[in-house]
Amino acid sequence: MKPLVKIENIGQTFDTKSGKFTALRDINLDISQGEVVSLIGHSGCGKSTLLNLIAGLTLPSSGVLLCADREIPGPGPERAVVFQNHSLLPWMTCFGNVMLGVEQVFGRKEGKVKLRARVEAALEMVHMAHATHKYPHEISGGMKQRIGIARAFAMEPKILLMDEPFGALDALTRASLQDEMNGVMTKTGATVVMVTHDVDEAVLLSDRIVMMTNGPAATIGEILSVELERPRDRLVLAHDPKFAEYRAAVFEFLYRKQMKKAA
Amino acid sequence: MSTVLALKPVAALINPAVADVAVSDHAASAQVAVALADPAETTPAVVALEARSGRGSERLRDFLMAVIPPLLGLALMTGLWSMVATMTGNIPGPGKTWDAALKLFADPFYRNGPNDQGVGWNVLASLQRVGIGFGFAAAIGIPMGFMLGRFSFMSRMFDPIISLLRPVSPLAWLPIGLLVFKRADPAATWTIFICSIWPMILNTAQGVQRVPQDYLNVARVLGLPEAKVITKILFPAVLPYMLTGIRLSIGTAWLVIVAAEMLTGGVGIGFWVWDEWNNLKVEHIVIAIFVIGIVGFALEQMLLLLARRFTYENR
Repeated sequence: MKPLVKIENIGQTFDTKSGKFTALRDINLDISQGEVVSLIGHSGCGKSTLLNLIAGLTLPSSGVLLCADREIPGPGPERAVVFQNHSLLPWMTCFGNVMLGVEQVFGRKEGKVKLRARVEAALEMVHMAHATHKYPHEISGGMKQRIGIARAFAMEPKILLMDEPFGALDALTRASLQDEMNGVMTKTGATVVMVTHDVDEAVLLSDRIVMMTNGPAATIGEILSVELERPRDRLVLAHDPKFAEYRAAVFEFLYRKQMKKAA
Repeated sequence: MSTVLALKPVAALINPAVADVAVSDHAASAQVAVALADPAETTPAVVALEARSGRGSERLRDFLMAVIPPLLGLALMTGLWSMVATMTGNIPGPGKTWDAALKLFADPFYRNGPNDQGVGWNVLASLQRVGIGFGFAAAIGIPMGFMLGRFSFMSRMFDPIISLLRPVSPLAWLPIGLLVFKRADPAATWTIFICSIWPMILNTAQGVQRVPQDYLNVARVLGLPEAKVITKILFPAVLPYMLTGIRLSIGTAWLVIVAAEMLTGGVGIGFWVWDEWNNLKVEHIVIAIFVIGIVGFALEQMLLLLARRFTYENR
């Protein structure tokens, strides 16, 4: 299958006070339609930098990024981002937050009724229909993240980019959101790139796990294909030897091959 | 004797809420008494009753703690005031001031020619000047604050000017105002404009600089056009800072207007103070001090309420 996103020889350097800092080098990665890819690595390995490059929030110092055969010129709703800290606008209701994106993408060709239906469907999908008219400060952290996911999905992006989407949540909420995400991805066949530092999360959700070497000048160390049947059930997988194997492989990479010195 | 009598009315004058709360206190304690008197037969009822009376007494204590210290403070002030009044002889005591206030507020809106008008008209005239000067300051200061916050070139360009002019007393600008406008009234408004504009510019600029990058990233990912970025993201994010600027400006403006009106004359609470000094009606000056204080306090509280309404963080 033709890749949706092509990342070719990407390098990223930043100008700092003490000279040039190379964050990423020689990144090559193809992401196919409908694929779920996790970026994992120790903190400071540039996985968020890579995600921001795909989002177009930053532009690469060298190399080319293509999405649907076109160079990524900057951020846009076709590459929706779920931010780590949800980034809902506090002065709008949940409905308003989702509508802001929907209006932007579909407002020109669709009527009010249809736009509303889109927002409601997105909120329904993340089981947040009951909070439609609530403000972000009135709902819990996990619920805010659900709304963030609904906002991104409602724009019907070509690819969904998630920057440690569940990182700020407690373990139980995180698990329930992971399950929800698994369901949504199975249902919609979405293409997803997700940054994480949670090994279980990576194995549970991904088709491929991209493991990155330590920074500075980080690059892709290994890529692991996760061949587990969907839909995936965490309770069943907990006893699946293949799940344990994948998990061990990622841990092996992170804690033996890429052990952080003095960490 | 007159001191003690005057205490409560003065307290009510300064903080009308005190009187209201005192009334509701009686109601609350009456309720507690009723609850206690209620014949309790079954054990759960007794438990519930005890819990209720326990909560009641706690509430009563909280309430007394909230009310007694301010009342004591006011009593202390009134006491000192009457002491000073008896010692000096020419400063009117609380009782005399209260009597004068009753007469004065019996008809606050009379008009006997341009130089003899009721205290109500004087306060309204001052508020109008503050409103106009302040409105112009907002109309110019807020857009300027946005520009200074958004473009560091502009901020660097205007920083030295603002740093130089901000510490200057706005009254120093009064002669310039008189020269330009040829009349006293717009000159007083002009001083209000000058003193209001600095906090407005600086706070708005700070607000714009502190708009979280996350929100701007959301705008970029959603592909919002510039107009929507301003109305949906920048403006609501900056609003709390703007309101802080407005609150600071109004506070200073209310300080400055009294002094400006003393110098320019006409109608206004500042002029009224000066006029009553010339008439040697010292009790009216004391009343004016209270009126200025109450109006300033009310303005501040109104803006605080408004600011709370539009602050979204930490809620």
